[in-house]
Amino acid sequence: MKTKGALVIALLVALIPLPLLVHSDFWLHFAIMTLYFALLGQAWNLLGGYGGQRSFGHAAFFGTGAYAAAMLQLDFGISPWAGLVLAGLLGAAAGALVGALSFRYGLRGSYFALVTLAFAEVFRIVADSVPFTGAGVGLQIPLRQSAANFQFADKAGFYAVILALTVLATGLAWWIENSRFGAALVAVRENENAARALGIDIDRTKLGAILISGALSGLAGSFYVQYYLYIDPRIAYGVEVSVAALLVPLIGGTGTVLGPLVGALALRTLNEVSGGLTGGAPGLNLVLYGALLIVILAFLPDGLVSLVTRLRRRHA
Amino acid sequence: MFEMEIVLPAVLNGIATGAVYALVALGLTLIYGVLHIVNFAHGSLLMLALYGVYFLYTLLGIDPYVALPIMVPVMFALGYALQRSVIATASHGREDNILLVTLGLSIIIDNLALYLWSADTRTINPSYAFDTVDFGIAFIAVPKLVSFLGALLVTVLLWLLIQRTDLGKAIRAVARERHGARLVGIDVEHIFAMSFGIGIACVGAAACLLLPSYYAHPGVGESFVIVAFTIVVLGGMGSFVGALVGGIIIGLTESLGGLFLGENLGRIGIFVIFIAILLFRPAGLFGQRAT
Amino acid sequence: MSNPQSIVTRRRVLAGAGATAIATLGAPAILRAQAKTVKVGIIHPVTGGVSYSGTQGRAGAQMAVEDINAKGGIKSLGGATIEALLADAQSKVDVAVSEIEKYNEAGVSAVVGGYASFICLATTQAAAKHGIPYVVDVGTDDRIISAGLTNTFRFSPGYGVFVKAAVPALKEINASAGNAAKTAIIVHEDSAFGTGTANLLAKELPGIGIEVLEIIKHPTPTLDFNNIVLTIKAKKPDIVIPANYYNEYVILARTMQQQKVRPKGIYSVLGGGASQYKFVKEFPQAAQYIMDCNHWYDPKKPAALELKKRTEAKHLFYTYEVFLNYNAVMLLADAIERAGSTDRAKITEALAASSWGGHFMPYGPTKFENGQNTGARAVNLQVQDNDIKVILPPEFANAKPVFPMPA
Repeated sequence: MKTKGALVIALLVALIPLPLLVHSDFWLHFAIMTLYFALLGQAWNLLGGYGGQRSFGHAAFFGTGAYAAAMLQLDFGISPWAGLVLAGLLGAAAGALVGALSFRYGLRGSYFALVTLAFAEVFRIVADSVPFTGAGVGLQIPLRQSAANFQFADKAGFYAVILALTVLATGLAWWIENSRFGAALVAVRENENAARALGIDIDRTKLGAILISGALSGLAGSFYVQYYLYIDPRIAYGVEVSVAALLVPLIGGTGTVLGPLVGALALRTLNEVSGGLTGGAPGLNLVLYGALLIVILAFLPDGLVSLVTRLRRRHA
Repeated sequence: MFEMEIVLPAVLNGIATGAVYALVALGLTLIYGVLHIVNFAHGSLLMLALYGVYFLYTLLGIDPYVALPIMVPVMFALGYALQRSVIATASHGREDNILLVTLGLSIIIDNLALYLWSADTRTINPSYAFDTVDFGIAFIAVPKLVSFLGALLVTVLLWLLIQRTDLGKAIRAVARERHGARLVGIDVEHIFAMSFGIGIACVGAAACLLLPSYYAHPGVGESFVIVAFTIVVLGGMGSFVGALVGGIIIGLTESLGGLFLGENLGRIGIFVIFIAILLFRPAGLFGQRAT
Repeated sequence: MSNPQSIVTRRRVLAGAGATAIATLGAPAILRAQAKTVKVGIIHPVTGGVSYSGTQGRAGAQMAVEDINAKGGIKSLGGATIEALLADAQSKVDVAVSEIEKYNEAGVSAVVGGYASFICLATTQAAAKHGIPYVVDVGTDDRIISAGLTNTFRFSPGYGVFVKAAVPALKEINASAGNAAKTAIIVHEDSAFGTGTANLLAKELPGIGIEVLEIIKHPTPTLDFNNIVLTIKAKKPDIVIPANYYNEYVILARTMQQQKVRPKGIYSVLGGGASQYKFVKEFPQAAQYIMDCNHWYDPKKPAALELKKRTEAKHLFYTYEVFLNYNAVMLLADAIERAGSTDRAKITEALAASSWGGHFMPYGPTKFENGQNTGARAVNLQVQDNDIKVILPPEFANAKPVFPMPA
């Protein structure tokens, strides 16, 4: 399982020349969205999969990154590329805030899930009420296409960026699988008391995980803003983002490098197929996601990735 | 802004709404108290019940209050079936999975509603909807008054059920010590399903009482689930008294929050309380279980 | 997952799901060159918080498309018919933007609609990315026009024009009532249109001797106006000025009635329910004497009344979304006719040069400056005798203002 990480990265690198072969905006958009959700899912995976701290409120980190990226451009004239980096940092800061409070007070399992949900809602309500964030009106980035402005006329530009970000996230997952920090994180997940007995600083380990997770989520937020040029409290901090962040790895396979990628691909494909079948009525694709989640939990709790190992075991 | 003539009506409104929230939370606290599961689908089931009441009114002309004897058993049956068939099997009894299974259910239910009935807000307009009762210091809308009284009634009925019947005894036994209960011959799976069913039946009652002054919309589940959880955690998981008191506190918070902070920021009070309780006193006001 | 569904036909799924070979050919472009139809995207929020207005808007647009095709289509293109590609914006910006992207894929020549300002702000920009000419049906936020997008055109006025008309009109109405109104409270919805309108009003009202006691904002949707009405009750303003969408407007008015709050007048600017036959019919008591500064048709033009009859025959109320969309599509058709082409750039040029006079609005001659029709005007209306009357300006008026409201 450990060498798999290198293969996954190799796979992603192999995808670099995709825009040279595919000129359809439709397919490029599909690829971009798949990688985007893989990024978001990998962010959740680091905390929830490897760390076992399953958050229901990742929107808090995503949204903070998104708003940061938007406001820094609009109000301070900072380059959107610098905004990307700062979005990552601020996403990490949001993670630190939530983590410091939750872990310090020993919240775990369902309680942790609920408190993260509450934090995301608090952020959403604040964003919805203060003029600083544009309140209910949201923020719109003016159309000014240029690579320097992180707005690409050709989708290939966006593809390159999201691919790079996904490689980064995947690389971090691989690092976690092979590092001491990762070992400590998994130990905390498996048995906190035993881990403590081994001398692992529980709070610090969890905090580290939420920092990285928050940073990646913030990067995803910044990318969203540049791709769609609009952000508002519901998009930034709404439940949809938090649910997406956890669905992707849960369906693909938590605690694995490949899981979020497989999950993202599966869900995006399901999205397109269900769209074609229903002719566009909203909601049906999410119904299928929910059903898929339950099926996975019931029959394939280690996610789609475990299908491979199961098949391999049968043929061994 | 602190004049009594606006604060008092807001307080009364808040208490009335809080009583209905308590009704929703009672079901949730019962489910947690007995099954130890955090039912994330609770809000979605309330949403479903609201649509049920809505369609009974618009298609069959049945008044929401008259619909009580229909909605309560139907929601009970739905709850029973869900626990028995979906939740118990899909989660394999693992607690951390139960939360996710119920999350999956809520996603399915919320979006099925969105797909079938679209995102338009559905309101009903019974003749008494905008009538008020003059309490001297405030005009209270008739539907709010009825829902307050209804919530109190259901709380009493529920208490009687749990404390004075054989079923209630079995439920209490399973809640306290499920293995022991099994040993003395109680069908634990059936009791689980009965408890879940009763919890969801409460939701059905709440929907009948709520719709005249509220609305049906696929997103309602999302907003209610967090309110319900706040009340349960505030009151103490498994405590009925806690749910009632907690409900009223939250109703007041929402109403006064909206009055002083405006309609946008007003909702923040509920979540701040939620976070504060989870961090500083997770057992809640009346709860006995530690984290 | 924020990428929503559009009405993707089986044909499109197959085209998309096909091999990369098809993808690299860029099929839509080939199809477009041989079209005997002109593809026009018609997008409205037919579900979600502002769905009533979206549905009305779509109906108006569809009636226009029917009329154009019935009269022989676009003659300069050999009778090509307008093919309307309908999309649901779901009252959400991200959904609407995705639909515009899909319109681009489908090879539309133009887009009409959006309805809500918060949607139009984003969709016009998304369309500009691909050079698609965009006719805004309602969207009153003036930033839609001032964003410098050369593809965007708005036939009806923005809230700037409304405020500039509403304030002097209020001054006049107030003067003829002995300046009975000295204070006001503004209630607005919190998205682009409501916030912008409220801010502008707050600036202008003191200039006519009216003190703004408070500005209250609320989200869309808001179902409980008890607290807001309690605040109004406590502060006792002479007039209440709402700027919001239909549902909220109605609940506010009814709650005021319920709580026995009777200001001297309700004077809305772009009030969502004020000049709405639906509101007047369903809640006549709450609607009586409400004044509004809003979009309206020219009651002296027969075409306006014909469309009214036709709309009511469909069991729909004749609301501003209907006739504004009707005119928006007609405006576009005229431009396509003059352009003689389905090419986006040519249609954009034709729109910019438009002097279309075939409308039934109380407007001056059509002239677009930076995308805004400078001939567009606002009128003042009031609900009297269970009907909506025009009270100002005098050349279109068919009733006199009643102010203050009789007790």
